[in-house]
Amino acid sequence: MELTDQRNLVHQTRDARRSKSFPKLSPAERDSLIKKYHPDHRAHAYRPIIFGPNAGESTVTEVATLLEGESPVPADLNLTPDYSVDVLVVGGGGAGCASALHAHAHGANVLLATKLRLGDSNSVMAQGGMQIAVGSDDSPVQHFLDTLKGGHMKNDHQLLKVMVEEGPSIAKWLLELGVLFDRDADGNLHVKKGGGSSKARLLTCSDYTGLEIMRVLKDEVLNQKVPLLEFVAAVELLSDADGACTGAVLKDLDNNRFIVVAAKTVILATGGIGRLHIQGFPTSNHFGATGDALVLAYRLGVPLVQIDTFQYHPSGGVYPEQLVGALVTEGIRSEGGHLVNGKGERFVNELDTRDVVSSSIIRECEEGRGVRTPSGRVGVWLDTPLLDVEHGPGTLDKHFPAMVRQYERYQVDIRKDPVLIYPTLHYQNGGVKIDVNGETPVANLFVAGEASGGLHGRNRLMGNSLLDLMVFGKRTGILAAERSKSLPKSSLTLDHLKRFRAEAKRHHVSAGIISPMVLPAYTNK
Amino acid sequence: MPDTLDKKNTLDQEESLQPKMVTVEIEGKPFQVPAGITLIKALWYAGQDVIRGVGCLGGFCGACATYYRTKDDPKVKTCLACSMAVEDGMSFSFMPAFPARKATYNLLELKDPKQDLFTLYPEAPLCRNCNACTEACPQQIDVREGVWKAVFGDFKAVSEMFMDCVMCGMCAPVCIADIAPNLVALYASRAQGVHFTEKPEGLSKRIQEITDGHFQQEWDRILKLSDEELQNTSAATT
Repeated sequence: MELTDQRNLVHQTRDARRSKSFPKLSPAERDSLIKKYHPDHRAHAYRPIIFGPNAGESTVTEVATLLEGESPVPADLNLTPDYSVDVLVVGGGGAGCASALHAHAHGANVLLATKLRLGDSNSVMAQGGMQIAVGSDDSPVQHFLDTLKGGHMKNDHQLLKVMVEEGPSIAKWLLELGVLFDRDADGNLHVKKGGGSSKARLLTCSDYTGLEIMRVLKDEVLNQKVPLLEFVAAVELLSDADGACTGAVLKDLDNNRFIVVAAKTVILATGGIGRLHIQGFPTSNHFGATGDALVLAYRLGVPLVQIDTFQYHPSGGVYPEQLVGALVTEGIRSEGGHLVNGKGERFVNELDTRDVVSSSIIRECEEGRGVRTPSGRVGVWLDTPLLDVEHGPGTLDKHFPAMVRQYERYQVDIRKDPVLIYPTLHYQNGGVKIDVNGETPVANLFVAGEASGGLHGRNRLMGNSLLDLMVFGKRTGILAAERSKSLPKSSLTLDHLKRFRAEAKRHHVSAGIISPMVLPAYTNK
Repeated sequence: MPDTLDKKNTLDQEESLQPKMVTVEIEGKPFQVPAGITLIKALWYAGQDVIRGVGCLGGFCGACATYYRTKDDPKVKTCLACSMAVEDGMSFSFMPAFPARKATYNLLELKDPKQDLFTLYPEAPLCRNCNACTEACPQQIDVREGVWKAVFGDFKAVSEMFMDCVMCGMCAPVCIADIAPNLVALYASRAQGVHFTEKPEGLSKRIQEITDGHFQQEWDRILKLSDEELQNTSAATT
């Protein structure tokens, strides 16, 4: 069947679908669906990590290989510092900016290094919103419970409690910086419903929530004159005789020179792993999402938690070809958009958690009920015109201007026609082990945001990432600043690297790859 | 993609492996690249390492601001290279980083932000209405109108008009009055949020409730529950 005919089927079945609701699955049904179809359960994609803090634990081959990779830093590198600071923040996305601003506000001498430009990150792309329990019928406790259920009860309770309780004060902070959240007629913050949440809890700035927050945070970092190193990547950490973190070796991507930073505290805020294209999946992530913090922390002896679980966002583009992997906002489903297979049928409750919805899409496609694109990909329909039918003409224009534009560029009018989607690699559920202050088991090394693990369990709920970034950006920034006041200057060594290299040798590992990856190798050579 | 696909689709797969090629000019040099890929992918395909000029790859960060021209058309247009497909005869170059001046300010300390605009960005009212900024905007924002709205103190309108702004900065190099409209708009939007927007009462109330330990009883109850009990419980509403 031609794509046009397939598309017409969505139009023809719309009215019939509108009158019916699709039940949510029971916990047992969800589990069996996920075990059968979710990419986290494809055994062939996994292998045990050979050595290091997580030796013997299983993760995807792409991550294991990077963790066992070789550092680009020579053992005899001259460690005379080019910079000496209280707090080194690595990463310029939401968590990095928040860390830097709070550390700066608490009197620390901060340096922010990022391998692209300030703000180039996944945060800037976050469209769906930020979960904060502000509604009068809602509470932080309910936010906690929803997140826990979404994460399959595997979330770290302490981290999660901190996040949900600090949410409202984060909203206040962002408002004070000038972030323009959507409002109700009475001036209160407007909240939208998100997948897996029992209450409307998403604060939004139309479908530009991340962009609006990042525009403001970047501007504030510049206003506060926080020293910046752009196009500079962290490639190794530094430690003292006790194994505490004392700085980092950076690499200037413009001239390939190493830069040595002595830092009393280091905050890694380098984001996730989408650009590793785990299991060959396309990704919604930005160019620099290569899991650098995992590697850096691992070599310094920090364990990772839940590093075998990843989020495949249900709605990645599959057509047109230019949008493959690009994120189609979850907001469409939040506002009632149906998922429709090649037979014109709904097949899942669209507001179920991301892992359930993704698994069900993969099931439809594997069992031959998907829709084939001209370039041979498979997907299912997301019925966008339904929103205008349901809530009145202009709904898409008003609530989803970014998405209307995203498709208009390729002559697809989402007001008139549905779009084709398939799961895309979106988020690293686990990450570096941290405590409630974002500190790792290695003294004076902090991790904030997606790079850290434990908070989201085995599946992150929509809207919890932006909050995670802001809460743990704040906590790490404040504690690192306070801590650095009482810390003396310490020695800079690569002793941990020496130990790591010796262990690699003992296990006969020579992966032949240099890590962290820093940027994906897309260039045709 | 799963390997359980039916046979009749094989043809499609092969077609996708042998794409139609088009010729494009990248910074003045011709390359053959597959039709329909994005400009960024064309750069990679042509063997060019790109660091400056690639960011989110999703049309939100403005890193890949690009000038392009289609075959035989004298008009040079602007786009985000991650969100634009190549076509035969197209010619394009990245926009170099443009040294526009950003004013620095502490928004909370400003007494009269609408007046302060003229101190921070004295060039803002010097717009000569050439409209080049609006034409340069890859997000189709009416930039010129926005600058005037800012000058006349309608910060609310500016904040709404510029919600789509990805800060690519393509409006700045074309301005004959040396205005950086995106920076003016960012200032106006933030000032709107900080000085001219209601404080949400519900939020203050919630923060007070948390400070007062209002939810403590519920926390004490649920933190004692087993995973199975947690699955089936809801928080009491306040």
